[in-house]
Amino acid sequence: MDFGIIFSQTLTQAIGITAIIYCLAAVGLNVQFGYTGLLNFGQVAFVAAGAYAVGVIVLTFDLSLWLAILVGILASTLLALILGIPTLRLRADYLAIVTIAASELLRLLVRSIAFKDTFGGAQGLNGKLGQQFHDLNPLPSDFTSLPVLTWTRQDLWVVIVGWLLVVLFTLLVWGLVRSPWGRVVKGIREDEDAVVSLGKNVFVYKMQALVLGGIIGGFGGIVWAVAKQSVQPDTFQPDFTFFAYTILLLGGAARVFGPIVGAIIFWFLLAGVGELLSQMIQAGYIDFLSATDVGSIRFILMGLGLMLLMIFRPQGIFGDRRELALDAR
Amino acid sequence: MPANTDNDLASANDLMPGRAAAVAALKDVPHVPGAQKPDPILVADHVSRQFGGLKAVDVAHVEIQRGAITALIGPNGAGKTTLFNLLTGFDKPDTGKWTFNQQQVAGMSPYKLARKGMVRTFQLTKALSRMTVMDNMRLGASGQLGERFFPSLLPFLWNAQERANEVRALELLGRFNLDAKLDDFAGSLSGGQRKLLEMARALMTNPEMVMLDEPMAGVNPALTQSLLGHIKNIREEGTTVLFVEHDMDMVRDISDWVIVMAQGQIIAEGPPDAVMRDRQVIDAYLGTHHDQALTKDGTSLTQDSSGE
Repeated sequence: MDFGIIFSQTLTQAIGITAIIYCLAAVGLNVQFGYTGLLNFGQVAFVAAGAYAVGVIVLTFDLSLWLAILVGILASTLLALILGIPTLRLRADYLAIVTIAASELLRLLVRSIAFKDTFGGAQGLNGKLGQQFHDLNPLPSDFTSLPVLTWTRQDLWVVIVGWLLVVLFTLLVWGLVRSPWGRVVKGIREDEDAVVSLGKNVFVYKMQALVLGGIIGGFGGIVWAVAKQSVQPDTFQPDFTFFAYTILLLGGAARVFGPIVGAIIFWFLLAGVGELLSQMIQAGYIDFLSATDVGSIRFILMGLGLMLLMIFRPQGIFGDRRELALDAR
Repeated sequence: MPANTDNDLASANDLMPGRAAAVAALKDVPHVPGAQKPDPILVADHVSRQFGGLKAVDVAHVEIQRGAITALIGPNGAGKTTLFNLLTGFDKPDTGKWTFNQQQVAGMSPYKLARKGMVRTFQLTKALSRMTVMDNMRLGASGQLGERFFPSLLPFLWNAQERANEVRALELLGRFNLDAKLDDFAGSLSGGQRKLLEMARALMTNPEMVMLDEPMAGVNPALTQSLLGHIKNIREEGTTVLFVEHDMDMVRDISDWVIVMAQGQIIAEGPPDAVMRDRQVIDAYLGTHHDQALTKDGTSLTQDSSGE
């Protein structure tokens, strides 16, 4: 067993591209659910919108990646408007139902044969999606690898820009939630009618939060498409949304740094358990499991860990237990 | 009326010009349901709301006098809260039109009505639990630039406004004895304190009319006394008050005019003393023995009715 490899692999994944994608999705959810109380169960649809915008614009229409990013933002906004207009006037649970249905609908739509020419069907869109971005890579061309962190030159460039995006959006969220705007959306989370009775147009605030959270999630999809150079419909399953929720609750909802810490811890644990188990199986310490079981076992252990978290620290890493206790009253 | 009550009234009028003005304005208003008032802030016609087979509200005509404290009383299920919900836009009526400050407001969204100066509180208090008392108050202030999406990111645009709102919030909280609780979560306050906070928060909007839905429910007697004082103060500052209440002592003490509802309709109107002598009101709501003390402490009840 090589603990060096376990550690380096785990750390690389904990702050790697996948962690960034989930982190962006969770930052968006934090605006929607954490601060505004909107139960968006279809965040993956926004990620898919961002990813497919890049895929379709760059590959299907052979246009610029920068235009694709703009289209990604517009697509996320449009999706938020379509979902929000009919549902935001209704009770919170309706939004949950509509968003989870819409996310599946969108996935089935892009993988359908009817739109194969545009969206690539079940195979999705694969090719040089992020070439324009990778051409800008400032890292020396003879770059091999950082110590410990085993990213390629291309991945490291994505990781740098990805975390910059996370920092940028986190700053944006921080600026918003400490302002009177943030106070209104928190009020909406606590009691919508009370905020209405004070003369605030609650619908507009909820829509702004849904759109903003959607755009941030959309950037997760853009990073995804650029980094992996491939967009496949079946990666956008509903479980993506629930992992993003897990990350949010792990870090602490309605905490600015919650999604960042949550994403890192989530992927550290998931990758760490996976690497450890693989190594132990390889070394023969565990003989009742095979290497193929590891993928599922690590999620089982993750689930166990989350249950323990909810029991012993329901407010998440950053949360304030006093706030949580107020809910019961 | 016994002589001592008149004296009390006279001395009270000196201290409370708002009350004197309201009483004088309502002096010649006939004591009939739907009576016309000299200066109504709210006029409603044919407002009705049906829940299944039940006509919860069916009000032919009602006017609320500006600058007065009007009580809305009636048995449980009379439609008082439903009428509140309809007038403030939180529920949509089946029929009806009403004006606020001579302006048609039927069908208007509740937030627009609140902006026009018609602000309500709720029967089940809606304190924003996981926000501090001060944040609850700040939220009440209207016309905040920092509540718009893009300006909110530039604090220098709204800092001055924020400070001014805080000064006003502190002044109001001081009046409601909540200034020691500034940074506590609203959810950690007692039920009575939440009622106070909700009222103070509503006042942060500078309303022309406040509509209080059972402000005294679940509040202890000492706090009731101070709440009564606050409501009287609101009127003295020129704000119209309409409130729903079951506590007849309180209704008698602070209201200038009483509207009685039963089975969705207005069955009587008048000053508190006249209304409480009304046969229909006694039958429908108060009960025949309403003016007799249930306990030895009910002195105020027996005193007031002794003059009949």
